[in-house]
Amino acid sequence: MVITVVLLGKLADIGGAPSLTLGAPRDWAELTAALPTALAAAIGDPRNHVALNGALLADKTALRAVAGDEVAFLPPVSGG
Amino acid sequence: MRDIRLLTEMFLPGTLIGPFTQANKGLGGVCTFVGEVRGDTGVVALELSHYEPLTLPGMHQLADRAFERFALMGLLMVHRVGMMRPGEPIVCVSAAALHRRDAIDAVDFCMDHLKSAAWFWKRELRGGAWHWIEPRADDTRDLARW
Repeated sequence: MVITVVLLGKLADIGGAPSLTLGAPRDWAELTAALPTALAAAIGDPRNHVALNGALLADKTALRAVAGDEVAFLPPVSGG
Repeated sequence: MRDIRLLTEMFLPGTLIGPFTQANKGLGGVCTFVGEVRGDTGVVALELSHYEPLTLPGMHQLADRAFERFALMGLLMVHRVGMMRPGEPIVCVSAAALHRRDAIDAVDFCMDHLKSAAWFWKRELRGGAWHWIEPRADDTRDLARW
């Protein structure tokens, strides 16, 4: 079992795919260390949100993902 | 009557608004807004993506807030995702109330929030390339009205 990382909006372009999978378990530092460099840098932007299994995290650095979890990276939503 | 939906296929707002109006017997007014893909800026296509676990639940939370804030009899909120062409509808919000101000304000409130605080990401195909649409200062200003 793995962690699925879902990339929304332009983060999918930066990451090169709409989702990727990583081995489990991982905390925030371990998760970001496994990402492509450009994506890891983008994820550090405080305007980007993180959801764990569909629930937004108030503090993304507190993330702890285990096997079967879905982590979503959400950039700012588009305006009108 | 409350009808909140995400649609993946083209829809005809008229086919939703008629039954919605009929379902709210005794209403005093209905206000409807339909947003379409603009055709004046060289845009060939617009693609909306969403995140299933957050987007529709977020629309329901917005509807809850509209019902708390305005004296509504009914609310219809329908949003497209996927690929759209100029002239196709993106969003339809219709509110039914005893009095016009509640219906008009509820639609305005829902639209400002759908445009700037709902979980949608948009990109446009123009000049042969895709361009992501970034948040605009206008959107923040629109939200601050509420």
